[in-house]
Amino acid sequence: MILNIFTDIHNKLLEHMSGGAAHITELILIAAAYLGIFAILGLLLVWLERRVAGFFQLRLGPNRVGPFGLFQTIADALKLVSKELTGTVKADSMLYRTAPYFVITTALMALSLIPFSHEIQAFDINIGVFFLISVSSVGVLGIFLAGWASNNKYSLIGGMRTGIQMISYELSVGMAIVTMTVLAGTLQISEIIEIQKDGWLIWKGHIPAIIAFMIFMIAGTAESNRTPFDLVEAESELGAGFHTEYSGMNFAYYFLAEFVNMFIIASVAVILFFGGWLSPFGITDTIPFAGLFWFTVKVIGVIFIFMWFRWTFPRFRIDQLLTLEWKYLLPVNMVNIVLMALIVWLGLTL
Amino acid sequence: MEEYLTDQLKTQEYFLNMGPQHPATHGVLRLLLKLDGEIIRNVDMDLGYIHRSIEKMCERDTYKQIIHLTDRLDYLSSHINNEAVCLLVEKALNIEVTDRIKVIRTMMDELTRISSHVLWWGVMGMDIGALTTFMYGFREREMINDIFEETCGARLTMNYNVIGGLRYDLHENFVKRVKDFIKHFKKKLPEYDKLLSNNVIFRKRLEGIGYISKEDAVAYGLNGPTARGSGVSCDIRKIHPYSAYDRVDFEEITFPEGDSYARYKVRIQEMHQSLSILEQLVDKIPEGEYKVKTKAVIKLPEGDYLQRVESARGDFGVYVKSDGQKFPYRVKFRSPGFANLTALNKMSEGLKIADLVAILSTIDIVVPDIDR
Repeated sequence: MILNIFTDIHNKLLEHMSGGAAHITELILIAAAYLGIFAILGLLLVWLERRVAGFFQLRLGPNRVGPFGLFQTIADALKLVSKELTGTVKADSMLYRTAPYFVITTALMALSLIPFSHEIQAFDINIGVFFLISVSSVGVLGIFLAGWASNNKYSLIGGMRTGIQMISYELSVGMAIVTMTVLAGTLQISEIIEIQKDGWLIWKGHIPAIIAFMIFMIAGTAESNRTPFDLVEAESELGAGFHTEYSGMNFAYYFLAEFVNMFIIASVAVILFFGGWLSPFGITDTIPFAGLFWFTVKVIGVIFIFMWFRWTFPRFRIDQLLTLEWKYLLPVNMVNIVLMALIVWLGLTL
Repeated sequence: MEEYLTDQLKTQEYFLNMGPQHPATHGVLRLLLKLDGEIIRNVDMDLGYIHRSIEKMCERDTYKQIIHLTDRLDYLSSHINNEAVCLLVEKALNIEVTDRIKVIRTMMDELTRISSHVLWWGVMGMDIGALTTFMYGFREREMINDIFEETCGARLTMNYNVIGGLRYDLHENFVKRVKDFIKHFKKKLPEYDKLLSNNVIFRKRLEGIGYISKEDAVAYGLNGPTARGSGVSCDIRKIHPYSAYDRVDFEEITFPEGDSYARYKVRIQEMHQSLSILEQLVDKIPEGEYKVKTKAVIKLPEGDYLQRVESARGDFGVYVKSDGQKFPYRVKFRSPGFANLTALNKMSEGLKIADLVAILSTIDIVVPDIDR
């Protein structure tokens, strides 16, 4: 029944305009909807982070504005919107102003691939996972450019650290994903989820899948620049790191994109390892939009682990970070891919 | 090959201004770093941003008034600083204080030391990137501050010591509260080890970093936990016991490694020792006067006087030159932080920015103590 809304809108549009125009209007509508999802997701996750941080740190977190302090982040966002956009005189102003949009655009593009439920997925292509990896690697450019263009030494060090960190851990994220696609046998996200109807991939792939999951969680934390890998904006060392010179909404773009990126990483983990929007044992698979609930529950579970990391661990040093990636994660990953391939070839999957 | 590469790929050293406003410098300290990429080549310390000429101000104040100024030096061990001035005047005038005063002073010293170390522990974690430790440290610090507030009327700058004794008698809840705190803290100290001390990342960040040898530590005049991390025995409580330290049983903690982790361990172990001193004294506070009668106007006889105490940061010294007037002729405070900070360049040579922050944290500086 609810499904019909989409076809209804489509038919309504066709009454008023030609097929091509209707198509473009729909695209714009979807894009607007995703912008909304982006903002709401960002604000909700910031709220969640602050509540979780409060829980870990023997304090309450925001609890005054709205129920459970839910509107606190909205108030903060309004403050950021109303703030002046400052910039440095000697900054490379073209790059300085465009840099935040790299981050926000790539985050949005990656978001379009995420299936919130069986019905809600904007963009389902046959190379979905590959597209996701490639798009999210472009996001590094935004941070890198911000660090370079700000003409501030702290920003520059932060930006350089990003370059090193993201390029290194991109490999581990990518290879962990490859390991799972070897098992799934497809790159299309909707198909990867369909395959898991008779068991989640982390269950099917047993040992190598669990290793891949652990590597993915570690590298995913590094990809979203969170503690213990938050060297990019290590506040006790670099002040605010790459976004030192950004204010108002320009800063908020980075801030929101960081949280949406965390959501994307968590979503990918859920899609690849925990069956996406599928309910456990298929109990609610026939009910439309029930997938939204299961997807949200699983993603919040993974996000909670990320937050747990953040409020427990100290930060790595840059050389330790690289040692971990190149000397431990990458070799383990390579062996793991071969192991997974062998298991699939010999039919040892569960 | 490596030589060839360094010949071909010339990197340029640059300066980075760390501070006066910077989260890692714990106050208004300015570090001028000479960097090669992220590697530190030289650290220049620029002091004086909160110089308040306290030593000069002391020359126009009476001895009773000077006590209040010492709160503002190392504000985390304000009680110990107060005590140093009181002990100096009492020694100069041969004022014998009662046992009750001595024991209460010692207990307050140790509570101050724990509260200072607990705050240091929280900030240490924060500098390394574990933000949660700060809140955990403050949980314990709050309890101590409440004890102070009840007895002294203030939480930070307590001014509890006066010449010849204490300002007020102990609050009736004091003993109970201290016992509660001992019980609470005994449970929480192992938690500190679980959360931070035994964390792999944390240990990797500190072990073997910021090394300073025993000889260098002595040469730089390091003191307090910073020096004891290099195996230098320098606890004033042991060398020149004052107040009730000669009648309590405690160990001087030294570790021979000389790296950041050794300095970290010294402070953690010192908290255990302070706790044990409190335990020994809490049931044995003697009855008696809390204040000995002194003259209304205090004049020190002509001469030089020195009193050293072990503050939370190390060897705190007060030197007074008197010309027989009610104002001192010259006052000099020997601050532990200043000597400790001088070794920063030696410790952080060739390391990375992140290491510098960690080392600065293990030195445990309080900038008002350095600048005075």
